[in-house]
Amino acid sequence: MNQHTIKRFEDELTELKEKVLAMGGLVEKATKRSMNSLIKQDAKRAHKVIDRDHAINTLEIEIDDMTRTILALRQPAAGDLRLIMTIIKIVTDLERMGDLAENIAENMLKTEDHPLTQVSSLQSFSDLVLDQLAQALNAFSKGDLDDAMVCIEENQKVQQKFKSMHREYLTYMMEDPRQITAGLIATDIARNLECIADHAVNVAEMVIYMVKGKEVRHVDSDTAAALINQ
Amino acid sequence: MSTGINTNNETKISVRDLKLWYGDFEALHGIDLDILSGKVTAFIGPSGCGKSTFLRTMNRMNDRIPSCRIEGEILLEGQNIYAPEVDVVQLRTHVGMVFQKPNPFPKSIYENIAYAPRIHGLVDDGPDMDELVENSLRKASIWDEVKDKLQQPGTALSGGQQQRLCIARTIAVAPDVILMDEPCSALDPIATAKIEELMDELKKEYTIVIVTHNMQQAARVSDYTAYFYLGDVIEFSDTHTIFTAPANQKTEDYITGRFG
Amino acid sequence: MNKSAEADIAIHTNNDAKMDTTTMANDLNNNEAGNTTASFMNEHKSPRQRKRERANARFHFYGFAAIALALAFLVFFFVDIIGKALPAFDETEVLATIHYSEAASKNYNKAIDKKMRGVVSRAWLRNLPAYMKAHPELMGSSVELWMLADSRVDQYIKQHDGHGLKSKHKHTVDAMLKDGKIRTVFNTTLFTNGDSKLPEYAGILAASVGTVFTLLITMLVAVPIGVMTAIYLEEFADDNRFTRLVEVNINNLAAIPSILYGLLGLAIFISFFGVPRSSALAGGLTLALMTLPVIIITTRAALRAVPESIREAAYGLGASNLQTAWHHVLPLAMPGILTGSIIGLAQAMGETAPLIIVGMMAYIPEAPTTILDATTVLPAQIYTWSTESMRGYGERTAAGILVLLAVLLSLNALAVKLRNRAQQSW
Repeated sequence: MNQHTIKRFEDELTELKEKVLAMGGLVEKATKRSMNSLIKQDAKRAHKVIDRDHAINTLEIEIDDMTRTILALRQPAAGDLRLIMTIIKIVTDLERMGDLAENIAENMLKTEDHPLTQVSSLQSFSDLVLDQLAQALNAFSKGDLDDAMVCIEENQKVQQKFKSMHREYLTYMMEDPRQITAGLIATDIARNLECIADHAVNVAEMVIYMVKGKEVRHVDSDTAAALINQ
Repeated sequence: MSTGINTNNETKISVRDLKLWYGDFEALHGIDLDILSGKVTAFIGPSGCGKSTFLRTMNRMNDRIPSCRIEGEILLEGQNIYAPEVDVVQLRTHVGMVFQKPNPFPKSIYENIAYAPRIHGLVDDGPDMDELVENSLRKASIWDEVKDKLQQPGTALSGGQQQRLCIARTIAVAPDVILMDEPCSALDPIATAKIEELMDELKKEYTIVIVTHNMQQAARVSDYTAYFYLGDVIEFSDTHTIFTAPANQKTEDYITGRFG
Repeated sequence: MNKSAEADIAIHTNNDAKMDTTTMANDLNNNEAGNTTASFMNEHKSPRQRKRERANARFHFYGFAAIALALAFLVFFFVDIIGKALPAFDETEVLATIHYSEAASKNYNKAIDKKMRGVVSRAWLRNLPAYMKAHPELMGSSVELWMLADSRVDQYIKQHDGHGLKSKHKHTVDAMLKDGKIRTVFNTTLFTNGDSKLPEYAGILAASVGTVFTLLITMLVAVPIGVMTAIYLEEFADDNRFTRLVEVNINNLAAIPSILYGLLGLAIFISFFGVPRSSALAGGLTLALMTLPVIIITTRAALRAVPESIREAAYGLGASNLQTAWHHVLPLAMPGILTGSIIGLAQAMGETAPLIIVGMMAYIPEAPTTILDATTVLPAQIYTWSTESMRGYGERTAAGILVLLAVLLSLNALAVKLRNRAQQSW
């Protein structure tokens, strides 16, 4: 894409994008760190996640302010408009993901009294979700449709895995009622991760809108693929 | 490239492979475009892209330029306006024009409106003419501002009022199509808003084609937008699409201000 | 101790504050004097600034000097002309006895006393026989009345040396002056008579009527043709080689020496069409030829000054070429066209050279009654008088110039007024 005739507008858009990517990086880090704290049973890391959530919130406010300013002063159109719209939408998703990572950290703190037995399945699930999130953020940073599509398609795997984990924890809880609290915590963490995956899909869908100007939300992935390839 | 050919039977003007030369310079390279009835169609594009030239071909204002030569067809309701038997005077009563700079005649407001109906023999002077003048001024939403000073010169009005007077003058001969060549470029934002509001009103009765340098204006007033560049229509589509997700990269660059 | 120290500090700060305000005030003053750190406000003018200011002042002076010089010439001209012309508006009359006798009707000199001969105007006396024929009842009576004085007496009375006035006449005049038998009255002769070989009896009437006739013809011919030509070239003609050729030629014609138009007029109107020589018709047509390019050029300029947007508006409403030109362009250009025409006519009015060629530099004592009568025009009359040696013609020359100037200035004033009216906005 060519440079803007108005250099300052170009700079503002670049800065805005960088802020969103920084926010995405913070969310990714928070999710990773909260999962690590769980795996390594390291409460310090969990506290760090909880303490640092405000950085994500601050970025959200800053980004919102910038998008408002650009909308009011620059009246962006076409690609610029879609970029701004996308950022407005995904910032909310990112902020929610940050909250979800904080939730995981809070749940980790609860596990000090109720140690989890099946951390490994959560770990592999989180790897899947983190991968999806990375793809969504990559898609946004490069405007890459393939990454976005992979992210959306991976959601099926995530959903399946989430269902099977759900069943697994239910089984443990039924086998051993003493595990119920730990099981509920694990279920909660899994749900948090699944929510993050959902938000990652939202981001990916917005990226497709941003790049192609096509709306792929609330359609199945085949239709989405067909729309993209049009 | 989107050709913009529409087979819809609401088509008012269809342009087929229109080429135009100024001497040896080819200013338009084969335009194909359909203008839909009762809609506002906007032409945008950088200076010198041919949009004003093209607009003027639609009521043959280009005829006045001796070096100007045209090939192709412009069909107004199926009739080629460049056919030899066409009476340009009659054509211009069907396709009226509003210009960039408000250009009321230095005569009274009443005379400004009454002039064209009189020379075309549409209405006799007297009560009928009074009625026509009033109706035209009402349609151009300027009646309330001028009803007490119809005998005052049109040139004494403000710029925005003058432009609405010019619009009233154009609709006094009951045209089908109104061509507007950057009608708001000399006006302040409030006067511009009034004209834009008026266009929304007018498209119920008339087909409007507007050339504008102000992209936001095209976005605000038009139903369809054509992007002209170097004598070609790069993209012609509904305005919503052009301004949110244009298909052509050149259009995108122009719309987002990355032109040049 | 502590307290006093505090107080000290307080005083000190107070002083500081005072000092601050004084320095600030100084700064402000200095600012007014143009002395601050800002680079565009330096107390000492830089050499470049001095040079610039000197150049400005010099230029100012040159311009002013030029205007002053021009004004001085103008004032000198007017003072000279008016000074010379003013005496011409007075004429001298003498009170003498006139005898309507048989002898007088044959020899008009016999109507007055012998010593009055040479004092009373011969031109005036010359009309007596005709007058007596018209009034036979006067025969045999003697009446004392005011008669027009001879030019030499007139000049003598007007404090000129009265050269040519014989000494015996001088004595008579001196005696009459003592008796109150000589008076000066407003010179109506100047305006009611045509040319005469006797200066006291010469007037501008014939030349004025001739000028009016000539200009009427010029106007009636040049204005419609010129305006129509301009409208055609400007509004209707295609821009091709032919019209461009016409255009160039018209511009060239405007620059041709006016005497050549005289030759053209002589060849075409007098030799070919057989228009009578010296007639207002021949002169008017010749001047029309000369004025035509001026009118065409000014009319085209006036038409071109009508904004294109007005034409577009008319065409856009479906007006034809003719309707557009007639209803919109022409009314707007009219003041400009009138201005141009008036200036063209004023120029024609002051013209002599082409009229010499068509024979209008003639001795015309009688005002013409038709356009075919031999006539002369004001400038030609002025020229003729200026070549006469008799003193009486000198002041009449100046008076003629003054009248001509007055007419030209009022024509120009009219043109200016029309131009101002044209400067309405559209």
